[in-house]
Amino acid sequence: MSWAQLWPLILEGTWDTLYMTIPATILSYLIGMPLGLLLVITASDGIRPKPAFHSALGVVINFLRSIPFIILLAMLFPVTRLVMGRAIGTTAIIFPLIISAFPYVARMVEGSILEVDRGVIEAAQSLGSTDWQLIAKVMIPEALPSLLNGAAIVTVTILGYTAMASAAGGGGLGAIAITKGLNLRKMDVMYAAAIALVILVQVITIAGNRLTKKIDHRKR
Amino acid sequence: MSSKVLIEVRGLSKIFADAENRVTALNDISLQVQEGQIYGIVGMSGAGKSTLIRCINRLDTPNEGQIIYRGQDILAMNRQELLGARRKMGMIFQQFNLFMQRTVAQNIRYPLEITGVSRKAADQRVAQLLDIVGLQDKARAYPAQLSGGQRQRVGIARALANEPDLLLCDEATSALDPMTTQSILDLLQDINRRLGITILLITHEMAVIRQICHRVAILDGGRVVEEGDVDSVFRNTRSEAGKRLFGVLPQQASEDPDTPSLRIVFDGAAAEKPVISKLSQQTGVFVNILSANMNHLQGKTYGQMIIEKPRDPAENAAVIAYLEGQGLTVREVNTP
Repeated sequence: MSWAQLWPLILEGTWDTLYMTIPATILSYLIGMPLGLLLVITASDGIRPKPAFHSALGVVINFLRSIPFIILLAMLFPVTRLVMGRAIGTTAIIFPLIISAFPYVARMVEGSILEVDRGVIEAAQSLGSTDWQLIAKVMIPEALPSLLNGAAIVTVTILGYTAMASAAGGGGLGAIAITKGLNLRKMDVMYAAAIALVILVQVITIAGNRLTKKIDHRKR
Repeated sequence: MSSKVLIEVRGLSKIFADAENRVTALNDISLQVQEGQIYGIVGMSGAGKSTLIRCINRLDTPNEGQIIYRGQDILAMNRQELLGARRKMGMIFQQFNLFMQRTVAQNIRYPLEITGVSRKAADQRVAQLLDIVGLQDKARAYPAQLSGGQRQRVGIARALANEPDLLLCDEATSALDPMTTQSILDLLQDINRRLGITILLITHEMAVIRQICHRVAILDGGRVVEEGDVDSVFRNTRSEAGKRLFGVLPQQASEDPDTPSLRIVFDGAAAEKPVISKLSQQTGVFVNILSANMNHLQGKTYGQMIIEKPRDPAENAAVIAYLEGQGLTVREVNTP
């Protein structure tokens, strides 16, 4: 296939990939971030211990996390149809992506917040902070570099999931590599799509690392 | 000094228990801190002092007892009341516990932000606090760029932001070198004197107690084994724990000599050998050592030395002045 034919294909695939990845990442943070915070504050050594709630939430999150995306995609068909209007296609697939990613986000956020020095949180408590002030003014800002680094990892993971979109009639670079490359024995298309994916992942990772370093004031 | 009680601890007990072990960290502790005092609680590690100070603002919850602060029991307060009480008590920590992603000025500003102080008033207060702790030029620096002593100064400024009447110090100088420790102790003393803030501190260093505290409680095995004015506890240490902290071996606990003499207490702040030989050089008085009982720990000297008291009052005064100038505690014993 000539460059002139390859280019529009790859550009379209890149656009579709981002069209799925970016909203799915943002929406899975909208759900996963509060859950991650809840995991931290309801832990037995958290600021509002609720051990029963904490373990129940942990079980649900672990359950969702243990189902491979490709299986979850199929299992969710009826629900996806209900929520998105249709079960297949590039837009519809955003829903299973969110369901698959938010438990992962919750664990990532939990890990980042737990990295905040316990003594710093105690200092804020000793000054008379409310729970909400502890979360909004201490935990999140102090964990921000780690949260950002986590967000880059989550984005790359969701990007990887989108490669399976072709299984549900979705587009993107993964679908191009398989349906227009592998299945038609056009290896140049497959490699081009794969290289585009690699470049996307590199850009996200490097941008994430740079930004994390830039906003982190712990070492200088 | 006013004699009003600011905080009173009554029958405080704290037991850490899990399936296998039961550790009594605090065992029926009672003490009173007067307004305007610097009250020191000293003990070896594991004596329970850290648990005790953390119970005062309920970072730890004791199992039994009362902590009466301005007529109210802190342990019986609801959340809202507790927040109010905490905002009137500052706390500083061994590891400083600063917000690492905030600048010095933003750290000091935090307590003002959470209590809704206006922007303008907060600006003024932050400038004032930077001035008190001598960090005017570090306002925009981040904690990671500061030395340990500077970090503790930020911690102090942050703790003072809401004009507390009590400052809790949890081993505030234990992570600092001796010179920095000295400057932080001077600052704490200054804050106590100038701002009239009551200070409750815990430490494992007798030198800290001797230098700035008015009153001391010695904690051992979760109990208060000795309590009183720093001077009298120094002069007449009765408890085993107290003698250990002063560096006196229990079996050799100093019996007073028959002749008028001077007891010199080495509590780790000054070196032993140069002091005595330099004493003679500097004052021209040759002293007669009657007994000495010294321990060397990590390059510091702990213990007591008894020297004969010079007959001539002027010489005696010169000797005492010199020794006290070296940061030693000197007591006359057996003086008619």
